[in-house]
Amino acid sequence: MIHVLFFAQLKEVFGQSSYDLNIETPCSVAQLKQALIAQNPNWAESLSGKTIMCAVNQSMVEDSHIINDGDEVALFPPVTGG
Amino acid sequence: MHQKPTPEDIHIRVQTDDFDVAHEYHEMREDNSKDGAIVFFSGLVREMNQGSNVTGLFLEHYPGMTENSLNQIVEQATARWPLSKVRLIHRIGQLKVSDQIVFVAVSSAHREAAFEACHFIMDFLKKRAPFWKKETTNKGDRWVEALEKDQIALDKWSKNDD
Repeated sequence: MIHVLFFAQLKEVFGQSSYDLNIETPCSVAQLKQALIAQNPNWAESLSGKTIMCAVNQSMVEDSHIINDGDEVALFPPVTGG
Repeated sequence: MHQKPTPEDIHIRVQTDDFDVAHEYHEMREDNSKDGAIVFFSGLVREMNQGSNVTGLFLEHYPGMTENSLNQIVEQATARWPLSKVRLIHRIGQLKVSDQIVFVAVSSAHREAAFEACHFIMDFLKKRAPFWKKETTNKGDRWVEALEKDQIALDKWSKNDD
């Protein structure tokens, strides 16, 4: 199981700041997004496309990055600080 | 190997409270006789953004990753330029028009390094640090959209590495 954190628009649209996803690890970020959509079809619009970013263990990663058991995973829109 | 700041000379803070630029500048000058240049940037809440009147701004962040990413950005800057002091403050929570959002100050022997390092830190912060702005506008609340120009600003630093 992977504990996935959400920030900004995702947290707001999904109405929750995290989700416990049943998925076999290791898996890629792309597979994790697909599994989230499979379990929550109404999240498809927010999670599809390239704009959603992923951080694993607090570092930004690409969709091909492999997630292992115990990793901290977060999904969020492009950052807008500064 | 150029001069690098000691850990005590790097100050990175993420806070809801406002900050005092005069105090931060004083801290940059304190016990700093080798440097001839301090450059600082402060970012403010603007009343017009992306076509709407802004009345307030909420800043969300990713606790933990925020601090890590700011540390990494400052580390990259100190590896690239001879800096002796760096101060970086980013506010979170509810802000209003004209409030200060961010402060970056760097100190170096000469101005070129100081100007470039300050610019570099801001460009990387805009694209890499996990902050998100939600504006209150005359047309309702909305999340600020990321801009392509910020990516272009970031890309120019990597071209120089080639």
